[in-house]
Amino acid sequence: MPTPFPTSTASGCSSGRCGSSAGQMAGLTDDVARRVQDHPCYSEEAHHHYARMHVAVAPACNIQCNYCNRKYDCSNESRPGVVSEVLTPVQAVKKTLAVAAAIPQMSVLGIAGPGDALANPERTFAVFRELQKRAPDLKLCLSTNGLMLPEYVEQIVAAKVDHVTITINCIDPEVGTRIYPWIFWNHRRIHGREAAEILIAQQQKGLEMLVARRVLVKVNSVMIPGINDQHLKEVSRVVRAKGAFLHNVMPLISDAAHGTYFGLSGQRGPTPEELQTLQDDCAGDMAMMRHCRQCRADAVGMLGEDRGAEFSIAKVEAMEIDEEAAMAKRLALREAINAELEVKRATRHSAGSQVVTLHRPVKPVGRAVLMAVASQGGGLINQHFGHAREFLVYEASASGVQFKGTRRAAQYCGGEADCGEAEDVLQRTIAALAGCEVVLCSRIGFEPWGSLEAAGIQPNGEHALEPIEEAIEKVWAEMLKSGRLGDTQMSQRRA
Amino acid sequence: MALEIIEGCVNCWACLPLCPNEAIREARPHFEIDPLRCSECVEAYAEPQCAAICPVEGVIVDELGMPLNPPGSLTGIPSVPPPQASLQEGH
Repeated sequence: MPTPFPTSTASGCSSGRCGSSAGQMAGLTDDVARRVQDHPCYSEEAHHHYARMHVAVAPACNIQCNYCNRKYDCSNESRPGVVSEVLTPVQAVKKTLAVAAAIPQMSVLGIAGPGDALANPERTFAVFRELQKRAPDLKLCLSTNGLMLPEYVEQIVAAKVDHVTITINCIDPEVGTRIYPWIFWNHRRIHGREAAEILIAQQQKGLEMLVARRVLVKVNSVMIPGINDQHLKEVSRVVRAKGAFLHNVMPLISDAAHGTYFGLSGQRGPTPEELQTLQDDCAGDMAMMRHCRQCRADAVGMLGEDRGAEFSIAKVEAMEIDEEAAMAKRLALREAINAELEVKRATRHSAGSQVVTLHRPVKPVGRAVLMAVASQGGGLINQHFGHAREFLVYEASASGVQFKGTRRAAQYCGGEADCGEAEDVLQRTIAALAGCEVVLCSRIGFEPWGSLEAAGIQPNGEHALEPIEEAIEKVWAEMLKSGRLGDTQMSQRRA
Repeated sequence: MALEIIEGCVNCWACLPLCPNEAIREARPHFEIDPLRCSECVEAYAEPQCAAICPVEGVIVDELGMPLNPPGSLTGIPSVPPPQASLQEGH
């Protein structure tokens, strides 16, 4: 059985990182960790500091998934497969250069649809080729269902794409028949079990070929309760054995208003707690991704924000861009951010908190507590509760602070009837925070404070502008000191 | 002999690059097939390529107006939602 990254030459502790960098970077080899350190989607740490964008140049798709509907374009929606305008390759290059000039934190350009990047190979590779010439500092990545992957591995390598995401929801064709009604293959539409068999075989072959060529491969899986939730543990084991460096288990987004098969047939998505349990089960010793935001195929900006509206085709066409100056600015900023992060890592390393796991105390003192954080980046508690579009969830325990994932806040919508009623937004946000006992934010209004307390979630604005993990450690220590973390079993607060 | 794209097409582009006769063009409100170029893929392929990849039921029709992908043939989504489904969802 191959090691997770067979071609890696790094081993042991070099550069003072030795797998001890916080959270989900644990489990990556040093070589892989270096390659993803400024990638906001792959590095939990980087996502506080770097920005990414997707360009929607790949409209066509060659399979049907039961969670997807190609019809919709609602600018209030945020989910894969949805975009506001499809770009030509020329427009996509211009937009990328414009965004990368305006947002120097930009480090990654991805092609993720709205269809499948490799169902539109000419368009996808035309963008990569041009950007390789004009903005060689940007990392290129693509996302695919894997059906055409084996055919394009050589082109992916030639285009210097260093990250590929394959969506793999199953390795068992019986499970596949419940997720994929058809695929387009060799000029024919193929249904049922045969379709699932072909797709699965192509995905696995593509994964192996990319790993052999040293392209980093992340695997995305959509967790569909009752269909593939248990099966994903096996998927995780297999893709890891084949050399995927990261497995990202995402919740099914299912709503009748989206017009998908799952939405209309009443297939529910997982609760945040079910998702977290499965992610924990899948994690093993493999890096698990917990900060994925399931971005739109035209997302722009830091993770969790979308500045796409500032860069519409019309606005981009009118922009004057000094490409060289913009690249110089990006490189300088990246150097500064990485230097800052190195200092942080070194501090963490010397603090010794992560060594605790090696000498596990005989009797653990204090139970683990989930805490939610409102942050707009920089690794700080720096957002008003009411402005948060999402919350970062951490688990604090005697062995330290671990990032567990994100929860979306309910949103006031732009007025579409099917986007929800305004009055229950707070209650829906509170429901999304189920299981959390504390919410940390820079400020919070009187009314939500009371509602959160009533729901058993303690609001806390005392650590505004402090680094997230340090503040969580302090809050947990206070809870421990006040006797609230007695060694009784985990209290399940809400269903 | 030609196929036609009708209302309901979502302009997803899947068909356009597949047409062996380059008969499909990007248009609004939806993509169009040039009837003079379309051969329904006879002799070229076992199935008309546009209809073989189109993800939307009922939007590619033959000269008699018959859909090549009739309702229920692709997604399994019922064309008329059952009454209990609409009660449940309340949207």
